[in-house]
Amino acid sequence: MEFVELIKTSRVDNVTLHTHIGKPVEVSLCVSSHHLILSARKEGVEELWILHQNIDAVERKPNGMVGGTIVVKCKDFRIIQLDLNSGYEKFVNVANSLEWLSTLDNMTLLYPFFYRPVYNMLEDGWSAFKTESEFSKLLVPGSNEEWRISYVNKNFTICRSYPSAVVVPKNIDDETLIAASKFRHGGRFPVLSYKHEGGSVLLRASQPLAGPGVKRCKEDEKLVNSVLGPGKKGYIVDTRSQSLAQSAKARGGGVEPEAHYPLWKRVQRPIDRQAVYLDSLSKLVDACNDVSCSIDKWMSRLESSSWLSHVKDSLNCACVVAQCIDQEGASVLLHGSEGLDSTLLVTSLCQIILNPDCRTVRGLEALVEREWLQAGHPFSLRHKKSCYSVGGSSVVPGGNKSGVIKGQQACTFLLFLDCVFQIHCQFPCSFEFNTHLLILLFEHSYSSQFGTFLGNCEADRERLELSKKTVSLWSHLNRPEVLPSLMNPMYEPNSKVIWPSVAPMSLILWRELFLRYSSALADGVSTRLKAASENTIHLNVKDKELRSKAAKLRRQLMELEKEAIEIGVLESPTSALLAESADATTGGTEEVAKNNSYP
Amino acid sequence: MEASAVGGMERRGSVYERIRCWLLTQPAAHDLDHFKGEPIGKKVEGVRMLDRFNVKKSFVGVLYLTATHLIFVDPESKKETWILHMHILSAEKMPLTTMGSPLQIRCKTFLSVTFVLPKERDCQEIYTTLQQLSKPVQLEDLYCFDYTASTEEVQKHVGWNFFDLQAEFQRMRVPNDAWSLTLLNKDYELCDTYPRYLFVPAAASTTVLMGSSSFRSKGRLPVLSYLHTNKAAICRCSQPLSGFSARCMEDEQMLNCILKANPNSKFMYVVDTRPKINAMANRAAGKGYENENFYENIKFQFIGIENIHIMRNSLQKLLEACEQKGPTMNNFLSAIEASGWLRHIKAVLDTSNFIVQAVQEGVSVVVHCSDGWDRTAQVCSLASLFLDPFHRTLQGFQALIEREWLAFGHKFVDRCGFLAGDQKEVSPIFTQFLECVWQLTNQYPCTFQFNERFLLALHDHVQSCQFGTFIGNCEKDRLDLRLHERTYSLWGYIANHMNEYMNPLYAAEENTDVLVPNLAPQNIRFWRGMYCRFESGVHPREVMSDMLLALCDHSSSLEDHIRLLTKRIDSLKAKIDSKKKSGETKVEEKIEDCVDNKTSYDKEISEQDEDVFKDEKVDSLVTVEQLASELKSVAVEWKTLRNVRECNCSTPFDHFSRKCHCWRCGEVFCTRCIDKHTALPGHDSQRAVPVCRTCYKELRRTFSVDSA
Repeated sequence: MEFVELIKTSRVDNVTLHTHIGKPVEVSLCVSSHHLILSARKEGVEELWILHQNIDAVERKPNGMVGGTIVVKCKDFRIIQLDLNSGYEKFVNVANSLEWLSTLDNMTLLYPFFYRPVYNMLEDGWSAFKTESEFSKLLVPGSNEEWRISYVNKNFTICRSYPSAVVVPKNIDDETLIAASKFRHGGRFPVLSYKHEGGSVLLRASQPLAGPGVKRCKEDEKLVNSVLGPGKKGYIVDTRSQSLAQSAKARGGGVEPEAHYPLWKRVQRPIDRQAVYLDSLSKLVDACNDVSCSIDKWMSRLESSSWLSHVKDSLNCACVVAQCIDQEGASVLLHGSEGLDSTLLVTSLCQIILNPDCRTVRGLEALVEREWLQAGHPFSLRHKKSCYSVGGSSVVPGGNKSGVIKGQQACTFLLFLDCVFQIHCQFPCSFEFNTHLLILLFEHSYSSQFGTFLGNCEADRERLELSKKTVSLWSHLNRPEVLPSLMNPMYEPNSKVIWPSVAPMSLILWRELFLRYSSALADGVSTRLKAASENTIHLNVKDKELRSKAAKLRRQLMELEKEAIEIGVLESPTSALLAESADATTGGTEEVAKNNSYP
Repeated sequence: MEASAVGGMERRGSVYERIRCWLLTQPAAHDLDHFKGEPIGKKVEGVRMLDRFNVKKSFVGVLYLTATHLIFVDPESKKETWILHMHILSAEKMPLTTMGSPLQIRCKTFLSVTFVLPKERDCQEIYTTLQQLSKPVQLEDLYCFDYTASTEEVQKHVGWNFFDLQAEFQRMRVPNDAWSLTLLNKDYELCDTYPRYLFVPAAASTTVLMGSSSFRSKGRLPVLSYLHTNKAAICRCSQPLSGFSARCMEDEQMLNCILKANPNSKFMYVVDTRPKINAMANRAAGKGYENENFYENIKFQFIGIENIHIMRNSLQKLLEACEQKGPTMNNFLSAIEASGWLRHIKAVLDTSNFIVQAVQEGVSVVVHCSDGWDRTAQVCSLASLFLDPFHRTLQGFQALIEREWLAFGHKFVDRCGFLAGDQKEVSPIFTQFLECVWQLTNQYPCTFQFNERFLLALHDHVQSCQFGTFIGNCEKDRLDLRLHERTYSLWGYIANHMNEYMNPLYAAEENTDVLVPNLAPQNIRFWRGMYCRFESGVHPREVMSDMLLALCDHSSSLEDHIRLLTKRIDSLKAKIDSKKKSGETKVEEKIEDCVDNKTSYDKEISEQDEDVFKDEKVDSLVTVEQLASELKSVAVEWKTLRNVRECNCSTPFDHFSRKCHCWRCGEVFCTRCIDKHTALPGHDSQRAVPVCRTCYKELRRTFSVDSA
């Protein structure tokens, strides 16, 4: 398939563009292979480039022979309206092109395969977070650690959605893993997700295929029991409700039978299935975009979207799991049904809470890489469509036979980012990154020039040879030109576990994300908020400079003092006082290390 | 809240007074008869304080009743809960439980606690005492008349003369050609709830003013509230006594004078902030609203802010929403929605915005509601805040409250329920005003000089009656009570705590324009910091604003220190150089030094500019010991605020407790431990800065050694 076939009209002039702010403007419209470009063709006026991959829905309102109006709704929540009046044919051609190009099935036609960066890459993001290096601390040869890397899945035959390398208990051989994988939905046998400093671990899997009877699998039991220390008990945390877990039995899934897992206590912390997230997001975004409604209406729409309820449930579950691990020192096996959504949501949030490393830029990148990409969250499937095309109202044009599978589109990853945002708000100084990074991750997970979020699992990514043919998002983010813009000026490393509040009044709407293309943040509101964060940076930079200047001057003064005493300008003090003064000068710098003061 | 001993008890014997005397004269039956300076009236042990969020967990401790506070101390966590009697909104005895007799106390600061006392008799006793103490019958019994600022370094008179209505209008260039001062109300004869000095159109004759006053409810005639630079004015008044058809030529002339005072517009707005139905109902009582047919060139506008009773109930519902036990997200959101609180807040902001738009277009506005002291006060003060950058500074905001709320007679005594009496008069009108300001600060993070803590402090001190500032319902009341002689002013206190209330992000150069906030419903938020203030678990664990504030203090300390260091370095360098160049003139120089030093000491006081020559001479006397003490006195690194759980005095910190750094040692303390201010040898400016008690003693010691 050639792009030429899909682009019958590549350019239309005199198009009226309506956005969420300002007055409509006259622009020229271009449809290229990967972008919709809107340009006012004036000096100093920014062009608008929208990746086709970002387009969620295209709505057309024909206006006779004159042309018509196209409303383009994007996955990053932007909505633009284009009035075309250069004839019906051009209108239809453009609308068709946008629909076709935004729903391409062949991933190798997407922009990441064509994007070539103009800058030099210092570090290849594709190899930055390998399982071997990520778990290196656990895998030092000769150490007492009880873990090993298994390559049993190197051909992705045991479990299609798992990576080739997984971390499992040392005393469990590959045969046991293969046997256990047959007892788990999609072959997702229990693997190590995180080991806490106290020694307790977090495992994740998919639901066991116990079925309505009491089917068991000795190997699976052996596998999970092997992580428990002597005399220790663990928790199996299920992210499904009781009834959902029960009904899964009828379809061959279900829960670990208590009789066969006597060392494990079962706990249910229900989070809604991923299938409802998108509907929830859709209601939320619609409510956010309607700035003319009454405040009562807004509040009730916010409530009925249930988005914040999902945030609360997810955080709540993550806190419970983190509590088991940190405060009770117990190990936890976590799963929902498929182990691709709520399971990953909770394991990753748990690590944000427990593990200070995950609160750094690199740490977050590594977390996303481990718990989402390598763990097989099906990004391409989940992010094929977003909130504006929920309910299947948009037309899937011919040529795309697979199209959209109902119930497979979800925004679990966005829910994760929102939860991180909430924790960030409650601990604004414990994160090395700012919330802008979270928004970037959201955007790139839906449409990007980078290949990182393409494909559904590592198997897909290898088949597509992404690491050779595309650029990794991490390569881009870790460049010295980009990194500073992701830094939180208020960061003070915090080595402790951070417990977020999940009380309803503690959770807030993520305004910077959900309102950014709504006129609620127009009229300079967002500019002013930006200015505030720049002020914050400025204050921090200034303080840092003052500190080093003060230290420098103190040193200089001491040297001068010494010299002055030597040549007799100053009287030599008693030795006791000299020692004291030396103390005072160096005291400051020593304290930095001791107290972990303002960095 | 300040702990303070209460003195001077020989006043008339009201019930309140008798109880207080009794509390103070109780024989010291207990081992501990003073609690941090407060005589203890009653002490009950084994009291349980219930935690609403954690039913299983409760604190057992001792409850003390003093003349001014109810104090609960949990010996285990050393947590102290201080409840000022004046802050108590309601005390309620709940049915007996197996644990004892529960006493639920709700405060005007939105603290709500339940104590379970082992003996019912004790509970009853405390309950009846609190009933009396929290609701005095007469104004003379309020806290401010007994309060002595023992821990504060403020004089009683400080603050009372900070703001002056005439000066405030002079700032707006009034009087001028169009507007003049009238002394008709100098003895409060025209309108006893207005200030003495009124500013009215220059063209309005005495007859017109008197006539207009007699046609307005409570005599509150239209007078100038704010004059914008474009000559458009905001005037405020009460509703006209128009009934169904009455009219008054003088009042019509009065409005016409206001219109004519603005040469730039052919018409003006009359804004009635009430819902139309309320205004119509008032006509039956001989009041109502202006008939557009009688008044020339006015555009009449109803807006629809609800009355005090609806606001009171709405707040009640809002608090219930916050107090739900284990609410789901949806329970909480729908309860907030059902309270209607945010709708009312938005209505007040929308109205203010409407007025501001009109003024910006050059059109004058006359604003009223019923009596013109609630809704009118809200929207007029907010409109000024939108229009005038001065009012967004700490000083300016206080001036705004003085003008629109205190001078123009917002009934603080009635609305805040200072006294026992009609609770139907109580309404959170001022709280709503503060919340509106808070909503604006969310959108304008760099435009307001003050921070959230300032708004909360204002709110609490309006209710506390610790200061005389908000006592009385109008200017005349305050004068009659001689408050400025008998009580402290809140403004004096604030002036002494300025650094706590500063917004570190404030950028004066950005505070120049008229505010044009975006009032989309999505931007009106629930104010957790106010209404859930005492639920310590629900707030951010790291408070950005406090950290920024500490950062700014730290920077300012270092800047000062660097100035001194630079001076010392320069002088040492100069000395070394001169020594190297010539050893012979040494003797002469020394004499010169001594002479110069005397004169330059005087110079230092009179001049601010740095004079290199002068400095050099002053520093000639620097000794090694002095250098050492200078370096020692300034902490280059300050301890981080994070994970600081308690002060050195072992008072635990929670979300809303201010954590202060000692500028000398850089350690973190609670406000009680950092009550000393002194100059540090290592600072060039020699201004007084906060230090902890240990450092204070240390500094005193070295000073005395020096002088000896």
